[in-house]
Amino acid sequence: MSEDPNSPAIELINVSRRFLSPDGKSFATLNDFNLSVARGEFIALVGPTGCGKSTTLNLITGLGKPSSGEVKVMGKPVNGIDPRIGFVFQADALFPWRNVLDNVAAGPMFRGESKVSAYARARDWISRVGLAKFEMHYPHQLSGGMRKRVALAQTFINRPQILLMDEPFSALDVQTRVLMHEELLRLWSEAKASVVFVTHDLEEAIGLADKVYVLTSRPATIKAIHEVDIPRPRVISEIRYEKKFIDLSRTIWEDLKQEVQAGYSTVEGN
Amino acid sequence: MSGISIKNGSIIYAPGTSDAEIEAAARAAARSRKLQVIFWRLVVLVVALGAWEIGARLGWIDAFFYSYPTEIFKRLWEFIVEGTDEGSIWLHLYYTLTAALIGFFLGSFVGIICGVALGRNRFLSDIFSVYIKVLNAIPRVVLAPIFILVLGFGLASKVAVSFVMVFFIVFANAFQGVREADRAMIANAQILGASDWQVTRQVIIPSAMSWIFASLHLSFSFAVVGAIVGEFIGANKGIGHVIQLARGLHDTALMFASIIVILVVVLLAEYLMTLVEKRLAKWRPPAAGDGHG
Repeated sequence: MSEDPNSPAIELINVSRRFLSPDGKSFATLNDFNLSVARGEFIALVGPTGCGKSTTLNLITGLGKPSSGEVKVMGKPVNGIDPRIGFVFQADALFPWRNVLDNVAAGPMFRGESKVSAYARARDWISRVGLAKFEMHYPHQLSGGMRKRVALAQTFINRPQILLMDEPFSALDVQTRVLMHEELLRLWSEAKASVVFVTHDLEEAIGLADKVYVLTSRPATIKAIHEVDIPRPRVISEIRYEKKFIDLSRTIWEDLKQEVQAGYSTVEGN
Repeated sequence: MSGISIKNGSIIYAPGTSDAEIEAAARAAARSRKLQVIFWRLVVLVVALGAWEIGARLGWIDAFFYSYPTEIFKRLWEFIVEGTDEGSIWLHLYYTLTAALIGFFLGSFVGIICGVALGRNRFLSDIFSVYIKVLNAIPRVVLAPIFILVLGFGLASKVAVSFVMVFFIVFANAFQGVREADRAMIANAQILGASDWQVTRQVIIPSAMSWIFASLHLSFSFAVVGAIVGEFIGANKGIGHVIQLARGLHDTALMFASIIVILVVVLLAEYLMTLVEKRLAKWRPPAAGDGHG
């Protein structure tokens, strides 16, 4: 297996993705879409609602296939679900009939690791996200923030080299969300994974990412790329008051505003 | 010292009432409400049975067709202690329950397998769904005479009727449960590394379980219906057969007594099933207003 260690972690080359609407009409959510994520890079995708951000993530996981173009992970075309990928969902995707320990151990056990070693590693990850006292709790007994910590542990235990996140914290309250951002940055700096973080929250995007990609309304193409040159390690609860941060959010919002309005008018026009 | 009063059904606490006092008052209120419910349930039962008894004795209700409660309980007692000319109550119960249980387990098992298989495979379900709809439109009891003809008067024909009664209910629920399984949860399992079989075993079936259990509750009583209908049509043992005999002898009290026997058995089975379900579903949040009994 000769793999070029310098190839980008993720590449989308002229990718289009078409869907059939229920009445049989074909429409595109992605059109000639190009994206490249370097190894260890943290990028955020922002764009108007329904523009194809989640579609992009699906193509990278291999759960969806492009209608045309090429999707590569670590320099190789995607063929099925790549074990080096981890995914954190917007919705609660934990298994409600398993306690925290069994939820976190699920990944290694699915992958054939022995029960002893899977449980040992799961305990380690549970304590890393601060839930050591809750190993035997079921998801419904935890708060939304705690469930997200379980989801992070469940994903990170598989040592993903690529981490895809689809609005993972959008259901949390603002205070909990800031705590989760810091938790995520801490885990990420240890794991050295490449991250694609989809969000509609600009502050979240700027606070977390190295680059923020602004997508156009459907069919999505990349409208602009903004480098976030705020040094790491960042303290999310503080950087939002820095001038650089505020200027950047204003610039990106200008870009985004036009697309949100464009997306709005196409919906209205239907 | 009680600073608690009740005004228009809501509890008023005087300032300075301690938490312990409030909790004790709430417990007492809950207990008294529960006792009231039990009391009124008994009142309803006594009034209904009393009206029946008096009506039958005064001739407002024809006791020949409807019997009366004391007579029914007397026959029930005889049935339990002495049995019938054709064997003891335990023998008849044994035959009916054997058929019902075998039909129940086979029907549930095959129903779950088929429901999960078709729920997981869209192509298979598109092919078979039309036939299942057609078969489902047949009232199951009309199959009983055919089963008796083909399988004879023994156990097999009753099991077959029970089986078809149970199968379609469990199948439909298992199918629906599989279809309702959360897509994000399935995708999560796949990305975490689960194979198709692992997804089915460890994600789809557990999440369909609450649907399946809902159908199992219903389907045990249907399994009993199946066995008894089978016995009505052709058998020489079983509770259904006893009811048929009693009909021939115009012994309505024995018919009602048999109904009570079956009723108790179904309630017991229901109770056992609830216990099993509670054990299996300990991960689920307690449902709001879960107040049986």
